[in-house]
Amino acid sequence: MLKQIAGMLLAMTAITPAVAFEPTKPVEFVVTSGPGGGTDNFARTVQSIIAKHKLMDAPVVVTNKGGGSGAEGFVYAAGYKGDPYKLTFGTNNEYLLPSVAAVPYKPEDLTPVAALALDEFLVWVNGKSEVNDIKTFVTAAKAEPKAIQFGGSQSKDTDQILVSTIAETTGAEFRYIPFKSGGEAAVQLAGGHIDANVNNPNENRGQWQAGMVKPLCVFRPDRFPKSEPVHDGKGWSDIPTCAEAGLAIDSYRMPRTVWLPAGVDEDAVKFYRDVLKKVSETSEWADYVAKTSQTSQFLAGGDFTTYQTSDRENVVKVLKREGWLVE
Amino acid sequence: MGNFSYLMDGFSTIITGHHILIMIIGVMLGILVGVLPGLGAPNGVSLLLPLTFTMDPISAIILLSCMYWGALFGGSTTSILFNIPGEPSSVATTFDGYPMAKNGQATRALTLAFMSAGIGALAGVIMITLLSTWVAGFALQFSSPEFFAVYFLAFASFIGMSGNAPAKTLVTMMLGFAFATVGMDTISGGLRLTFGIPDLIKGVSFLVAVMGLFGIGELLLTTEEGLRFDGIKARVRIVDVLNALKEMPRYSWSILRSTVIGIWMGITPAGPTAASFMSYGLARRFARDKSQFGKGDPRGIVSPETADHSAGTAALLPMLALGVPGSATAAVMMGGLMIWGLTPGPMLFIDRPDFVWGLIASMYLGNVVAVVLVLATVPIYASILRVPFSIVGPVIVAIIFSGAYQIANSTFDMWLVLGFGILGYLFKKLDYPIAPLVLAMVLGDKAEDAFRQSMLMSNGSLSIFWSNPLVTGIMVLGLLMLLWPVFANAVGVHNLRRRAARHSAKV
Repeated sequence: MLKQIAGMLLAMTAITPAVAFEPTKPVEFVVTSGPGGGTDNFARTVQSIIAKHKLMDAPVVVTNKGGGSGAEGFVYAAGYKGDPYKLTFGTNNEYLLPSVAAVPYKPEDLTPVAALALDEFLVWVNGKSEVNDIKTFVTAAKAEPKAIQFGGSQSKDTDQILVSTIAETTGAEFRYIPFKSGGEAAVQLAGGHIDANVNNPNENRGQWQAGMVKPLCVFRPDRFPKSEPVHDGKGWSDIPTCAEAGLAIDSYRMPRTVWLPAGVDEDAVKFYRDVLKKVSETSEWADYVAKTSQTSQFLAGGDFTTYQTSDRENVVKVLKREGWLVE
Repeated sequence: MGNFSYLMDGFSTIITGHHILIMIIGVMLGILVGVLPGLGAPNGVSLLLPLTFTMDPISAIILLSCMYWGALFGGSTTSILFNIPGEPSSVATTFDGYPMAKNGQATRALTLAFMSAGIGALAGVIMITLLSTWVAGFALQFSSPEFFAVYFLAFASFIGMSGNAPAKTLVTMMLGFAFATVGMDTISGGLRLTFGIPDLIKGVSFLVAVMGLFGIGELLLTTEEGLRFDGIKARVRIVDVLNALKEMPRYSWSILRSTVIGIWMGITPAGPTAASFMSYGLARRFARDKSQFGKGDPRGIVSPETADHSAGTAALLPMLALGVPGSATAAVMMGGLMIWGLTPGPMLFIDRPDFVWGLIASMYLGNVVAVVLVLATVPIYASILRVPFSIVGPVIVAIIFSGAYQIANSTFDMWLVLGFGILGYLFKKLDYPIAPLVLAMVLGDKAEDAFRQSMLMSNGSLSIFWSNPLVTGIMVLGLLMLLWPVFANAVGVHNLRRRAARHSAKV
């Protein structure tokens, strides 16, 4: 009897790998930002699209673990080695954080699933500023080293790395002032307390609409696609790229990424990759991307790995120069 | 008076059976999440958020904001009945609310709290209605030095009011600062005081600390004193609610002062927590007879509650007008706004007046609904205290531990609660005040960030705190508060103070 059951079980396990992975219990979406943050909006948009189009039968539970600039979420997910029920949402902070702080996880502790969008960076100044283009801005900064105050979200994170890259490229010197979030940096700029910031479009859109801040240039390889005017007849597509305006940084963007713990089956990775691919093809996704002025770009597998490698190389160069690298 | 006609338009949008039903549901759900410590308003609102994706934005914001009002009221309930604040901002309510409930006056304490909370909230909405255009500009003047000055003022108005030995106050406050630094540092981006423990990366949650210090600490003491609740004997009657209502006008001065503090802290936006602590501190400082503070003085309930709610309400204005959330819950709602396709910011008032004024109108109605609902249920809540301690005690322990787990789904936090509980018990035994620790934990990291940002801005010169009339004014006010005892002595009121100090209670 026992032998028979054992035999049956054995037969079953032999069959299961042939069946594609399909979640049979609730999937946890681990969000590496606090409620209301950019990553939170990203994960909740994906969640709502999955629910609306019934792309997955298993229910989804979203948990925010944004402590330590997101390290809390990554450490948590890394602890669930091989568990295909922990889908983690982040940015390039997944592979950036371990290089700047002694966090107890390695980038390899998570398996990349896909990147769905690229968020853009712009140089913004106060709406009343006399500076209207990036060249004048850089010239002014060079005339008085360390006088210009750049605000940004967090320390040694994407914003400060970009400011450092601008400084390196132009030879100008800036003072960087870290705030808790891009939203705070936006208001500080609108109030004229800092001179510039490098916020994502979504973080400064409201202030731009009211003319309290204005964009100088965007770190995209090409201009934004045509869209409605935002302020004073000018829209996103009227913003010059930084390269064309005379600041030689071709592209600086932040991917919106999704991860699984290391050691999960290739089947599970494929399952979520397919679900996310379908998400990225819905009209709701196009809406989200347009509203937040991001660029929809689905990267998975080898493409995603290539992207990561080059992104990491660029970042590590800056970290080394500034002496921020933690080995 | 353009705002007034906008408001009337807002009312006409929201007075429909559908919207009022949503309001009632929101408030009830809110009270529920508010009463369960650990769940709290921000978590409750995030849980509800996915449901709103299919709703129109006005119904959605009504649901979420009403849930927020309900949660604020629910949070006060547990502060008063069990000494467990559901929200950081209702910690100050425990100082006098819990002793009053313990003296058998739970109904009175709850009614006072709910009424003053309602008044505070309404004052906040009226301010939003009248000043919406002006406030956005005022809030923009606040930068890091101004924020530091505000936090300094909050500390200053709280320090020195305690009846404890100054050295003990200093010790607990420094401990609070130390707890606040655990985790990732905003300015340097490095980890501090984590000792290689992964669970400490996210920092020590303030809620975990207060649930342990107040909740578990209190339970340990009660158990030691012989397993009973003094409140059991209290009779719960509707008349008590009415009597407490009649009492309210006596505290008009406290309410007025707290409203001003609350609105100011709400729009700056330093937040409801700073507001309630500051308001409590000032109420105690300006009271002629301080002897009852900490033992159940009604002014100790009315002041923090009024300030908490007026700040909580007023904090929605910077969120709408500037896109800066004044509280964690406001941050979640802002996320919701973006998902519904609205951009918070100055243009929201121009682009979508129907949404903004519908929300403001719903704040009037929602708070009235909330006050009526909670007042009607006061006797039910108060009668919980009549349940024998041997039943309530274990239930509270279970709620605290599950609440602590829920904050970040972390089992480590349950150990932390236990640790804080023992610490709280020791503090009470050794006569160390807990309030300064809590205040330092809540405002410590914000004050530190603001100070270090200011130093970066000024290249290390302290003169930045005297660089414009606004920051100078707040700093001077703070210094006055700090040195008040010295001034008071100089003017010769020290006799009065000495008399008060002899009776003075520990907080």
